[in-house]
Amino acid sequence: MGTQVLSVSDITMQFGGVVAVNNLSLHVDEGEIVALIGPNGAGKTTAFNVITGVYAPTNGQVLFQEHLISANYPRGKMKKKYLGEADTADKYHVAKSITPDKITKLGVARTFQNIRLFKNLTVFDNVLIAKHMRSRANFLSATFRLNHKEEKQNREETMKLLEILDLADVKDEIASSLPYGKQRHLEIARALATQPELLLLDEPAAGMNPQETDELTAFIRKIKDDFRLTVFMIEHHMDLVMEISDRIYVLDFGKLIAEGTPGEIQNDQRVIDAYLGVQKDA
Amino acid sequence: MSKKTKNICTGIAILLAIVLITLFDRDVIGNAYVKRVLNLAAIYAIISVSMNLVNGFTGLFSLGQAGFMAIGAFSVAIFTVPAEYINSIFYLEPMAPWLAAIRLPFVAALLVGGLIAAGLSLLIGYPVLRLKSDYLAIATLGFSEIIRIVFTQMQTITNGALGINRIPGITTMWVPFGAAAICIGIMVLLIHSSYGRAFQAIREDDIAAEAMGINLSAHKNLAFAVSSFFTAIGGGLYAALLTSVDPKQFYFTMTYNFLLIIVLGGMGSVTGTVIASFIITGGLEWLRFFDEPLTVMGVTIPLFRSGLRMVVFSILLMLLVLFYSKGLMGQKEFSWDGMYAWCKKIKGRLSGLSKKKGGA
Amino acid sequence: MSMDIFLQHLLNGISVGSLYALIAIGYTMVYGILLLINFAHGDIFMMASYFMIFAVVDFGLPVWISLPMIIVLTVILGMLLERSAYKPLRNAPRMSIMISAIGASYLLENLAVYLFSGVPKGYPDIPWLTKVINVGTISFQTVTVIAPVLVIVILGALMALVNHTRTGMAMRAVSKDFETARLMGVRIDRVIAVTFAIGSGLAAVGSVLWGAKYSSVYPLMGVMPGLKCFVAAVFGGIGNIPGAVLGGIVLGLGETLLVAFFPGLTGYRDAFAFVVLIVMLLVRPNGLLGEKEADKV
Repeated sequence: MGTQVLSVSDITMQFGGVVAVNNLSLHVDEGEIVALIGPNGAGKTTAFNVITGVYAPTNGQVLFQEHLISANYPRGKMKKKYLGEADTADKYHVAKSITPDKITKLGVARTFQNIRLFKNLTVFDNVLIAKHMRSRANFLSATFRLNHKEEKQNREETMKLLEILDLADVKDEIASSLPYGKQRHLEIARALATQPELLLLDEPAAGMNPQETDELTAFIRKIKDDFRLTVFMIEHHMDLVMEISDRIYVLDFGKLIAEGTPGEIQNDQRVIDAYLGVQKDA
Repeated sequence: MSKKTKNICTGIAILLAIVLITLFDRDVIGNAYVKRVLNLAAIYAIISVSMNLVNGFTGLFSLGQAGFMAIGAFSVAIFTVPAEYINSIFYLEPMAPWLAAIRLPFVAALLVGGLIAAGLSLLIGYPVLRLKSDYLAIATLGFSEIIRIVFTQMQTITNGALGINRIPGITTMWVPFGAAAICIGIMVLLIHSSYGRAFQAIREDDIAAEAMGINLSAHKNLAFAVSSFFTAIGGGLYAALLTSVDPKQFYFTMTYNFLLIIVLGGMGSVTGTVIASFIITGGLEWLRFFDEPLTVMGVTIPLFRSGLRMVVFSILLMLLVLFYSKGLMGQKEFSWDGMYAWCKKIKGRLSGLSKKKGGA
Repeated sequence: MSMDIFLQHLLNGISVGSLYALIAIGYTMVYGILLLINFAHGDIFMMASYFMIFAVVDFGLPVWISLPMIIVLTVILGMLLERSAYKPLRNAPRMSIMISAIGASYLLENLAVYLFSGVPKGYPDIPWLTKVINVGTISFQTVTVIAPVLVIVILGALMALVNHTRTGMAMRAVSKDFETARLMGVRIDRVIAVTFAIGSGLAAVGSVLWGAKYSSVYPLMGVMPGLKCFVAAVFGGIGNIPGAVLGGIVLGLGETLLVAFFPGLTGYRDAFAFVVLIVMLLVRPNGLLGEKEADKV
């Protein structure tokens, strides 16, 4: 087992009186592929949004490698309304969170459940934009082309990435004109262009047929090896999840109900109940 | 079209423009009035492109152009008005002595105005652009009104409501047109740099842009400051073109001229904006006949009187947004290929028409 | 400053604030539902003033007939505006809708210049609003007291409407989630029309009180109150009706007292609102009563 790349401790995310994620703790180790599964509305995407800094959690802490992404405890109005299970106010008596762009800079990249491309820009530009963050030019040197070496290198790297991801032939197309599957590829290409160590995929196989899903399985494996990534993903396609994951976390109504290897999860009674909706008192 | 043909076309176009400007400038063709309108259009092009940088390329709604223009205009007025006229211009209260001591060349005064405008824009932008960029529209509209109020109050600096006249004027058309070429050129370079791509990413989807590591607030502020800088440069040129300024000229409704230009030209198109600047500036002059009494065959048509021009103007703006929201160019830029295709389309339509006629 | 002069200013500030509150409600309701700054709202207010002049001065109608009439006319104008300038752009980018709003606002202003000329006209005198009352050493117009009372009554009525009627429920649903409300069978267009009607009606009421206080009517009279009242709505928490009232009153009071204590700043009176906006966005971006909302990702 490698070192922990991502560690999430006691996360509760509450919107008003609604607890979307309740006391979630998990970790992802270097080189692993870990999946987060659960029925619709279980709080998976909310958990992702906490990890990528879109939301600051109500309670708990997120660490990427040794960097603190966010830490919080219920305070202000939330103190009275807090419904999370863990009363860990003493433990995380800091309130700090960094913005999504800084998290990306640290080496965490993500895709979105409902594809969010730069729709009116070309495929090439979509990927090239992700290179901007790492460029050293300021706006003056960029305007007056004093950074042309860096710019050229960025363009070459972008082209290489497009070739690897099989998007080179459509590089001048407008992003929104691509077929759905290609758009998903492009989103992943864009995420990879930020040079991440941890890649978060939010339902990468959504809307794909079984054959496309099989291709995706191979594709994720390939980029994981080629780019030496750690992958953490949300997914509904059980074939994909069971085949690819090293470990699986199961979320239901915001709470973690199981974790383990694919084999363990398949035989876990609580997971089966959660998916089949068995009533406890029946 | 091959690359070579395109380059030849571009060369011819540039040469033609230079020849035309020279002819106008030497008074071979046109007259003082036409020259003035063309100069105004060139200045409006600078301001409109800088407005488009924020509104069209970065997707923020700024309405502060009149205020930033005023800053540039007064900077030129205050720093370039000749020392010997200062006392007669500031006859109510004398100009502050420290200010009267500073006389700057035109270009330096332009740059000072631009830098002050950029600094002030950051002062508004920092709080507003952090979270709800929606409020930028109101904040900038308010700012442009406050600038006007402040300039009316600062008697010893701006000469208050009296304004400043006898500003050294523009002697050749090369000044506004040269400035336009440089300013718009720089903005085009910025738009096509990695910063410009980041602006467009923010316009397309700010959440995704942030997930790509783009610092939203820093980039929005940058776009806003650069835009304010060039708007003030445009304002400075405007002051020199008119040779007199007073705060009333910079009423917030002036901003709507530029809004109309960028809507017509296409939000997110530089070439469209430049073309629209000339169309609208010329058009607004042409529309002046709406304000004059119109007599057809001895009967005076009662509709035509003072004020109708601006009614027509506002209806035009609304019709454009409602029915032609992409404008002339949308987010595209002028290209010879596009021109070629367009000509072909028109030709096809015309021949279609003539065939129909022939058939009937 | 003596106590009675201070009280005089206080009273004046509250009544100015109440006028702001009436206009701010219109902004906050429209923004709450459409996320649109209705730039033309201030101009609706201006048109209402002209309607009153026509009714009373040009047609010689008595005030008790003119009052309901101009409210109805203003409501119709507001709904017409929504139909022609905003409804066709329901699915257009936000920027287009804002530009359309600007265009509508500019059109109303220019129409007013064209039709009624730029020369200010006097607002008809309504005796029961402008009568001066003396209490001890303080003297004030009746409108100074009527305005805040009216605002409280209207606020009560609006809260009842929003919280206890089907229309109100639909409004809350649309403001929470436009698309879902549509899918749930809420008639979006009707809800929006009602919102514009209420906002315009309140602007008309505001214009009557304004006329009693300031009496000068001109085509650009709605611009500054419009901008300030939007700031008031942001200050109170945009989308929140009691917030708009609170924001309006605080803004009116602050502005009046600022000028009262620092007469040197009189010329900068109109700038106060925008300083408030900037400070508020730095300190408490969601406004006094606003709640934080999460973006959907």
